[in-house]
This record gives sequence, C-alpha cells and structure tokens, in this order.
Amino acid sequence: MDVFVELFVEVNVVAKQKQPYVTMKGTKDGLTLHLDDTCSYDDLLKELEEKLTASEKAESDGPLVSVHLKVGNRYLTPEQEEELRTLIRRKKNLVVESIESNVMTKEEALEWKRKTEIVSVSKIVRSGQVLHVQGDLLLIGDVNPGGIVIAGGNIFILGALRGIAHAGYYGNKEAVIAASIMKPTQLRIGDVMNRAPDYKTDERNEMECAYIDEHNQIVVDRLQLLAQLRPNLTRLERGV
Amino acid sequence: MGEAIVITSGKGGVGKTTTTANIGTALAILGKRVCLVDTDIGLRNLDVVMGLENRIIYDLVDVVEGRCTVQKALVKDKRFDDHLYLLPAAQTSDKSAVSPEQMKQLVDELKQDYDYVLIDCPAGIEQGYRNAVAGADEAIVVTTPEVSAVRDADRIIGLLENEEHIKPPRLIINRIRSHMVKNGDMLDVDEIVMHLSIDLLGVIADDENVIKSSNKGEPIVLDPSSKASIAYRNIARRILGESVPLQPLEDEQKGIFSKIKKLFGVR
Repeated sequence: MDVFVELFVEVNVVAKQKQPYVTMKGTKDGLTLHLDDTCSYDDLLKELEEKLTASEKAESDGPLVSVHLKVGNRYLTPEQEEELRTLIRRKKNLVVESIESNVMTKEEALEWKRKTEIVSVSKIVRSGQVLHVQGDLLLIGDVNPGGIVIAGGNIFILGALRGIAHAGYYGNKEAVIAASIMKPTQLRIGDVMNRAPDYKTDERNEMECAYIDEHNQIVVDRLQLLAQLRPNLTRLERGV
Repeated sequence: MGEAIVITSGKGGVGKTTTTANIGTALAILGKRVCLVDTDIGLRNLDVVMGLENRIIYDLVDVVEGRCTVQKALVKDKRFDDHLYLLPAAQTSDKSAVSPEQMKQLVDELKQDYDYVLIDCPAGIEQGYRNAVAGADEAIVVTTPEVSAVRDADRIIGLLENEEHIKPPRLIINRIRSHMVKNGDMLDVDEIVMHLSIDLLGVIADDENVIKSSNKGEPIVLDPSSKASIAYRNIARRILGESVPLQPLEDEQKGIFSKIKKLFGVR
C-alpha cells in the first residue's frame, strides 16, 4: 500500500513537470511567450533560461526579434519585469517589446481611474478658490473671476467661465475647455496660455470651446466644431 | 436663544460698520433686543457711528481676558430703553489679542440674553475675520457696485461657504447710484446678484445723509424720511422673516408736468 502511494505521487509530479511553464509561439509580429501563472517565479525564471539557451543556437544571427510576454494572472513588480527584460535581452537577437498581465495593483487601478474618470462637481468656484481634478472635470456651476479650475483632462463647464481654466495639466495638448458662457480671464491647455482681449468683446450667448490649433495657439470657437476636431471625445470605454 | 449675524465684506470702506449700526438700530426699533459687537480691535468705529464713544469703560479684550464681566463692558444705548447694547472693541491692542474660540464663547454667552447679536467684522480675511465669524450663525455680505468690491465679496462668500456652522450668506448692495446705473457706468443689482449668486437682502441707495448722520453719531434709521433709512428698516424686517419687496431705486420725478406725462405714458 505504502509503495503504491509513493509511486502514485511520483508519477503525478512527473506528469506535472511535463506541462511546460513557458510556451513559445511564433507570430508575424515576432515571438509570443506565454508564461504560466501558477508556478513560482523562480521556477519560471529557471525554465525560461533553459528554453532560451536551447533555442539560442538555431536563430542567433538573424535580425532582432521582438518578444511579447503574456504573464496571465501573475503580478510582476517593476524589478521582476526588469529582470525578465534583461534575461531575454541577453539572448542576442531577442528584445522584449511588451509585457502583458491581467492584473494590476489596487493603487495602479485607482490612479488609472482618477486619470480617466469624469469628475462632476456642483459648486461655484469663487475668487481665491482652486478646484483641481486628475481626470476630466464637469463643473455644474460658474467659475468667477479669481477662481481657478485645473484638470488633467478636459474641462466642461455648465455655467459661466469667468476665471482661469487649465486643461491638460500634465501636458495633454489634446485637451479642450468648453463652457456655456466663455468669458475667461485666462485659458491654459498643456503649457500653452491665452488671455482675454483687453477690449470688451460683444456679448455672445452661445456655448463655446477652446482647443490648441495647428499653430500651437489656443483658439475659441463654436462648441459644435468639437465633434470634428476631437472625435475621441465620444467614447464609451475611457482610458487605454 | 438669539441669533448671531456677522456683517462682513472683505474689502474695506464699503459700509460694514454703518450697516451694522443701522440694522441693529432698526431691529431695536422693531422691538427686538439687540447687542452690537465690534470685532475691529485696534481700529474701532462702531461706537463712534453709534455716538457712544464717550461712555466706553471696558471693552471686548477686557472681557476676554477676564478683567470684567460681559454685562459690565456692554454700553447701553439710552435712546432705545433696554433694547440696544454695544460691546466695543479695544483700541489699544490688536486682532491677535483674541482667539476664535474665545470669541465663540463670548457670542454664545450674549446669545442667551439677546434676540440678535450683530458682529461687525473688520476688513480682510485674516485673524480679525476668523474671530468675527467664529461665533456667527448667519452672515451678511456687504458690497458696493464696484468691480473690486464685488471681487472681494466673492472671495468672502467662498470662505463663508466653507464655514459649516454658518447658513448661506445673504447680500446687501450699498451705495447704488441710480443715475450711474441707468447710464451703464455702474454695475446694476441684477448683474451683481447673478455674479455672486446668493440671496439679496437689500439694496441701499447712495445718500449723503448717511455720512452726515454717522458723523453726528445718530444712525440714519432714526430719520424715517430718508430713503436709506427705509431701506435699512426693510432689511431689518426681512431679517425678521417678513417678505418686503425691494424699493424702486429711481428717484420719483417731481412736478405736475411729469405726472401728466406719466399719465399719457410719455417718458
């Protein structure tokens, strides 16, 4: 009986090891490596090393081959990613182009959410107040002179913009600013700035939008033009 | 338990002290027990406008530092029997002599005895402002129809909205000159109210008599014939919860000829 059990266990282990942790597939974009996500990271490294050494001799003098890593449900720290990259790069003509994982940390996910969500705020941004959001801003209210609104993405104001609006705060020049009443003291998109003319303009009561044109200038125009200028404002799934 | 109302503006010289004196007096005339508190320590004025300067013995700082009781420091205005009192500010120290916590305690104590505690706030948004709003339940923002005053009012409203113990502030527009508004040289009431988007409590026309009466130490409210007086009385009634329509700002055209013209619809 004892012998039987031992034998059974041994067979099982052998059978498991036959299932490779690393599978290689050649595609027309290069090489895709599927890395198993149930084994330990060390086992994975060991087997990757072996596989690459085995196949090295055959294709060592060809042109650079790009490698796509698919790691499944395994979370890789930046250090581990770097380790994999250097390991593969050592094999002369292979270079890692992408690492794809199904998982991310909660922190990254929240950051991602913050940067891509539309934050709606209902208030009047008064003189001396600053409203700063990471993603797009939908303000239900006014921005009074002396007030500032800042967004990492676009700014949409369902009210009067009489203060300062800064869209694309982290350098996104594609960002736009739209307001029902566009009377800003200053507009900023990315690192481009524009201010109101010193003379009083005629009272127009139509919705307007501001964007950076091909001459790297902020221009203000009819809201309806946005559909052509920034077609990607229409999207169901945001972000990536 | 009374209500504490702070009267503030951000900008100086728009008429906070005059407004405090007149609303306080008007409320006293309407039969309420009112205590005026001057928090402009070091630059006190309310006592002068009320004509009570020569009766001050103790002041707000004396009370806070425990040199006397509140009752002893209060100056009674004899014109209104037992209805109007003033707690003067100290003239010799500065704003840092009092902390917001001490002010809150003091105002809470006064609220026990009076229907209304009106707090005259100093200009600015520093310590003096923080002291003045600490004990308040409500706020009145005073502005004049000037862009700079409206800008500062906007700033103050923003700060007041962050104070959770204070109800949404209400607005008084002071020193409107109807002929300038008509010519488009001055911001009009609608423009200011739309910009600041808070409730309007009243509008007071520019009136030389206000200055004259302030200099004499008699609030303009005591002269029932003046337009400013009526405006202040109406504001007091609105504070009491009555709905009083705004007075028309334009001066009535006088003389029989204009009346006939009006009859025929000629302007």
